[in-house]
Amino acid sequence: MKNAHTQDTLVGLFVAAGIAGLFFLALQVSNLSSFTDHESYTVTARFQNSGGLKVKSPVSAAGVKIGQVVSISFDPKNFESVVNMSIDSKYNSLPDDTTASIFTAGLLGEQYVSLEPGGSEEYLRNGGKIEITQPAIILEKAIGQFLFKSAEEKK
Amino acid sequence: MVIEFLQFLGSNTRSSFTKLGRGTRFLLQTLSGSASVFPRPRLLLNQLYSVGVLSFLIITISGLFVGMVLGLQGFYILSDFGAEETLGVMVAASLVRELGPVVSALLFAGRAGSALTAEIGLMKATEQLSGMEMMAVDPIKRIISPRFLAGLISMPLLAALFSAVGILGGQLVGSGLLGVDEGAYWSQMQAKLDFQDDIINGVIKSIVFGFVTTWIALFEGYDSIPTSEGVSRATTRTVVNSAFSILGLDFILTALMFGDD
Repeated sequence: MKNAHTQDTLVGLFVAAGIAGLFFLALQVSNLSSFTDHESYTVTARFQNSGGLKVKSPVSAAGVKIGQVVSISFDPKNFESVVNMSIDSKYNSLPDDTTASIFTAGLLGEQYVSLEPGGSEEYLRNGGKIEITQPAIILEKAIGQFLFKSAEEKK
Repeated sequence: MVIEFLQFLGSNTRSSFTKLGRGTRFLLQTLSGSASVFPRPRLLLNQLYSVGVLSFLIITISGLFVGMVLGLQGFYILSDFGAEETLGVMVAASLVRELGPVVSALLFAGRAGSALTAEIGLMKATEQLSGMEMMAVDPIKRIISPRFLAGLISMPLLAALFSAVGILGGQLVGSGLLGVDEGAYWSQMQAKLDFQDDIINGVIKSIVFGFVTTWIALFEGYDSIPTSEGVSRATTRTVVNSAFSILGLDFILTALMFGDD
């Protein structure tokens, strides 16, 4: 066995390396650095169909991520999908006639909520509702309609 | 014939339950003895050296190669779908969630666990443990608890190192040799991996594995038949039982942690 002093140094180095590894995982690998618990506010939007939207799907405006989906539930009265989104408080000047649409990133990518600001003077507040929404485009449906139409035209 | 078979079954079942009972008692003694380690940090430091520092090299080198292989295989599969950019996610998620804790725990059982069993088994065979008891030194407090704590501390650190080195290895192969964009490798990884869900759960896994592996290794040594054959059997049992418990527990923990996602 090595003498006590070198041994202490090696143990110290080992523990330091291990902790550095943990920090590396926390900061470089995961999203801890980008989510340092920003202040955020919640808005609700009702969609006819929220498609493949999931909790934690991004919410973006003009292509920039400004928040994420917190919860998705089904409203049995109106048969609509109720999507709650938390939006970074930095972006608290979204007009209350903002449009929310569900798009797909790329052909096979994940779905996200895209917000397009309107022209109102009033801003969306915590607990606010987005009135104008556009449902997710279901690819199978669109293809089905297209095939149906082209078959009709041939007749 | 039937009676003999029933006797065989009964005695085996009974002896395995008895062993589990002894193991639990041993664990409780070890835990209650752990408090007496802190006044003598030298004991713990010595064990951290032999359990942790000496496992450092095998863990980092294995981690590097596992990461490199993941990078290579992941690239071949993902490039079929034109999704090479998500290589970082694949490498990091599989390392942090599963391979990091599991493979480093298996290596730890082979490298450090077997050594612990052999050491304690030999101490028992050469009657050093009884000698300590004669001198009114509690061998649990003096020998077992420091080793247990050292295993418990080392395992999460080693697993974190394994994952970190593996991710760097994957990056080395992915963007160094195969031409995946380096920025995409890291940014996709950061977008997909969650601190709470992935990193913390991986660390919890490695703590559980460290606990179980060290417990098995120490108990097998302490419980071994004090002959050279008995010690060799105990060492084998350590590696086999640790591997079973690690893989079995991994399934349960994964089902618990990543269930609804």
